[in-house]
Amino acid sequence: MPIEVNGKSLETDEEGYLANLNDWVPECATVMAALEDQELTESHWEVINFLREYYDEYQIAPAVRVLTKAIGKKLGKDKGNSKYLYELFPYGPGKQACKYAGLPKPTGCV
Amino acid sequence: MSEPWEDEVEGPVKKFMFVNRKSPYGTVYALESLEVVLITAAFDQDVSLVFSDDGVYQIKKGQNTDGIGMKNFSPTYRALEGYDVEKLYVDKESLEERGLTEDDLLVDVEVLSRAELADLMDDQDVVLSF
Amino acid sequence: MAMLHTVNKSPFERNTLDSCISMAKSGSSILLIEDGIFGALKGTSATDKVSSAMSNVTFYVLGPDLNARGMTEEQLIDGIKVVDYEGFVDLTAEHENVQAWL
Repeated sequence: MPIEVNGKSLETDEEGYLANLNDWVPECATVMAALEDQELTESHWEVINFLREYYDEYQIAPAVRVLTKAIGKKLGKDKGNSKYLYELFPYGPGKQACKYAGLPKPTGCV
Repeated sequence: MSEPWEDEVEGPVKKFMFVNRKSPYGTVYALESLEVVLITAAFDQDVSLVFSDDGVYQIKKGQNTDGIGMKNFSPTYRALEGYDVEKLYVDKESLEERGLTEDDLLVDVEVLSRAELADLMDDQDVVLSF
Repeated sequence: MAMLHTVNKSPFERNTLDSCISMAKSGSSILLIEDGIFGALKGTSATDKVSSAMSNVTFYVLGPDLNARGMTEEQLIDGIKVVDYEGFVDLTAEHENVQAWL
């Protein structure tokens, strides 16, 4: 189902991930979050921006364990743990945050 | 019921070796291997990679696929460290035949002889060749 | 007018380039594409057979395939010419016929 972002219709797959990575603008995250009754705080954006940078460097969406560890390294131990990330993204930090960040579903995620 | 962040299951850990023998873009083997490597690593298995024959070209520095309309997946090899995949081996003879040295490669590897690779291979639970 | 041969397999993996060279008539051209570009590089175990064939045959290599594999013009055997996709089309048009070795 396509989503409406800034007056443009963007194609997504059946799970809501952007069909075209290059379509992403920050408003995509806001729109996707609203569809799931989520409000995005600074803490959410920290993770979303981290994922954008990670993808830019490595060309993949990280597995949850890898994301957790990498966040810990970059943003501190209190944020680099599963509990913190699951509280921000209850549908799973891998799946949900990657979706908001316009990334594909993480490899190895079923 | 456990919370989602607590449901990590401790399963058996096996030694998986992936033997990469094909160059990166002519066939899909290299990319497929990389995907399976990431999945295997995500399941906390003991993963090692061998690059031999044309497989050494997978980790050649300076790949630029803009002109061929394919995704350059070579940066992903640099993500392996974050997946705790740190055992990367390269066949010495394969490098030499191609006029390459360790400096031409985009990740840290251990360059080994075929005899040494054979010993490592012998030590695995599962060997997958791509 | 002569024939244009294209080779898209690595010389380290298949004998396609050998077969092509052995049947390429004097004055014909060989364009190395895809994994065939590995045959165009200096300092490899395949360099000699290409160098020696160059007295009879003109070699070309497809630039985008070269760059995709992390190689640059400096690494080519002297005398091999780089073409882009338009150059590929020109070569096809200039030669009487094309044989695509697989």
